[in-house]
Amino acid sequence: MSTAADIRRFNRYGVLAIYRFELARFRRTLWQSLATPVLTTSLYFVVFGAAIGSRMGAVDGVTYGSFIVPGLIMLSVFTESLNNASFGIYLPRFTGTIYEVLSAPVSAFEMVLAYVGAAATKSVIVGFVILATANFFVPVHILHPLWMIAFLVLVASTFSLFGFILGIWAKGFEQLQFIPMLVIAPLTFLGGAFYSIDMLPPGWRTVSLFNPIVYLVSGFRWSFYATSDVGVGISLAMTLAFFATCLALVWWIFRTGYRLKS
Amino acid sequence: MGNEIVADGAYEIRGIGVTLLRQMPAVISISQLTKTYASDLKALKHIDLEIHRGEIFALLGPNGAGKTTLISVVCGIVTPTTGTVLVDGHDIVREYRAARSKIGLVPQELHTDMFESVWATVNFSRGLFGHAPNPAHLEKVLRDLSLWDKRNDKIMTLSGGMKRRVLIAKALAHEPEILFLDEPTAGVDVELRRDMWALVRRLRESGVTIILTTHYIDEAEEMADRIGVINKGELIVVEEKVGLMKKLGKKQLTLHLLEPLASLPLELSDWRLALKLGGSEIEYTFDGREEQTRIPALLRRLDELGIGFKDLQTRQSSLEDIFVSLVKAQSDHPWSAPLASVPSPSERA
Repeated sequence: MSTAADIRRFNRYGVLAIYRFELARFRRTLWQSLATPVLTTSLYFVVFGAAIGSRMGAVDGVTYGSFIVPGLIMLSVFTESLNNASFGIYLPRFTGTIYEVLSAPVSAFEMVLAYVGAAATKSVIVGFVILATANFFVPVHILHPLWMIAFLVLVASTFSLFGFILGIWAKGFEQLQFIPMLVIAPLTFLGGAFYSIDMLPPGWRTVSLFNPIVYLVSGFRWSFYATSDVGVGISLAMTLAFFATCLALVWWIFRTGYRLKS
Repeated sequence: MGNEIVADGAYEIRGIGVTLLRQMPAVISISQLTKTYASDLKALKHIDLEIHRGEIFALLGPNGAGKTTLISVVCGIVTPTTGTVLVDGHDIVREYRAARSKIGLVPQELHTDMFESVWATVNFSRGLFGHAPNPAHLEKVLRDLSLWDKRNDKIMTLSGGMKRRVLIAKALAHEPEILFLDEPTAGVDVELRRDMWALVRRLRESGVTIILTTHYIDEAEEMADRIGVINKGELIVVEEKVGLMKKLGKKQLTLHLLEPLASLPLELSDWRLALKLGGSEIEYTFDGREEQTRIPALLRRLDELGIGFKDLQTRQSSLEDIFVSLVKAQSDHPWSAPLASVPSPSERA
């Protein structure tokens, strides 16, 4: 029998319990979880890769079909991370089962690690599935595979943290959908997922630089083709800054008990 | 462990009367606990309470009295405004891991994960509280609750009573030393209620301290060693059940006279008697603290005075009567000492 002493520093069984529970939810809905992004991505390749892409020139020396692969993966990773993490914490709040997690000897850090870790795991899996799907349609080269994985994990973790905040903030299901649909999707489409911001007129290019998504997509694309809209160092710094901001917000939520505890 | 302050003989608890429980070290110590919600609602006002190790403590109170808030604070779900709570000597804020790992909570509402199986959900609960997997223990818990056959069923397919059992199984999955049952028998059928009472007794026999809230006074009367009554966020009385019933319970003797009396004779002025039904009945109200010889003495006195009776009835107030009068007394006179203002059963009638 384990005792309180075992969990004084780190409740690993607690973290594993939440993590496994969240992944079990993913397995239960495996069909929707994987089929939807695969189908959507395939459609993008059919439309942008085969139909329109064949009439477009190469971007930064990369064929258009291959050029959009990192952007498409990012688009799915943003959406999946937000949805998985926000749903993961919103659902227990909605059904009331959160009582058990709040009354357990689980620290705020462990709770975030488990929920955000599970959501990020799912979106990284989705990211790789899309990468594999893309391989069927276009040639994909990854020049810096370790950086690619690092960017993927960092972005998935950041957006999962963001989703966790969203799931705690949301008062209803419609609010859960609000940010991904009305903020993240437009920013991604305007953030260079399907084009290089060098292709924009100078005015719009400057405006684009205020869009944080530009840096995330640019850094990720650099790990594939070593070409980027902004320097990879800036991309990495912006991604880390976004991650730190989300982390600070989560810290504030737990310190104040915001919408978690009365 | 916080039991260095053990009184002599305190360990010989099982099977011994509740008086010894008083000497047990407090497994939960609540002092000056207040909770004011953002809406300015004062849900708890300066609560001081000690729960003894191994006892069954029933917390009674009307809706909105603060029962669930009190439990939620101890379990870490609600943050207290002021005051301290020690669970087995561990502060619930500073040493929350040690404190919470000792507690199992069965909430009032049927909060369950619909799509999970019973087996998965009890495993989840055990892990969440920091324990390594132990299928043998979980099997025992599920068998004790008649849930073993349902272990692979999804929770959503179970009846309300079964879901309640699942919540109890989840709370027991990590072998807690203290179990909170918030309205455990609300909305369950008679059979399940009896089963649950039996389970609570078995748990107590195995050394688990049990704190239950209930609306059903007979439940507290049946189960509890001690009773606390909470109303409007204030703990208005904490007493051993037997003592409480003795102290506050009123007894009433009604004598149906052979001949109606116009008025009570002066010789009976020492007794608290009332003439009822046009003088055909004498009603004598007394409380449990008075000497047991008062009734025979009264009957002898009546005989001496030549007052005959054809029948007699006695009535003792139940815990429910006591509870209602305590709550009513506090509502009527919020600043008066609650124990001093309990009306007699006849006054309430």
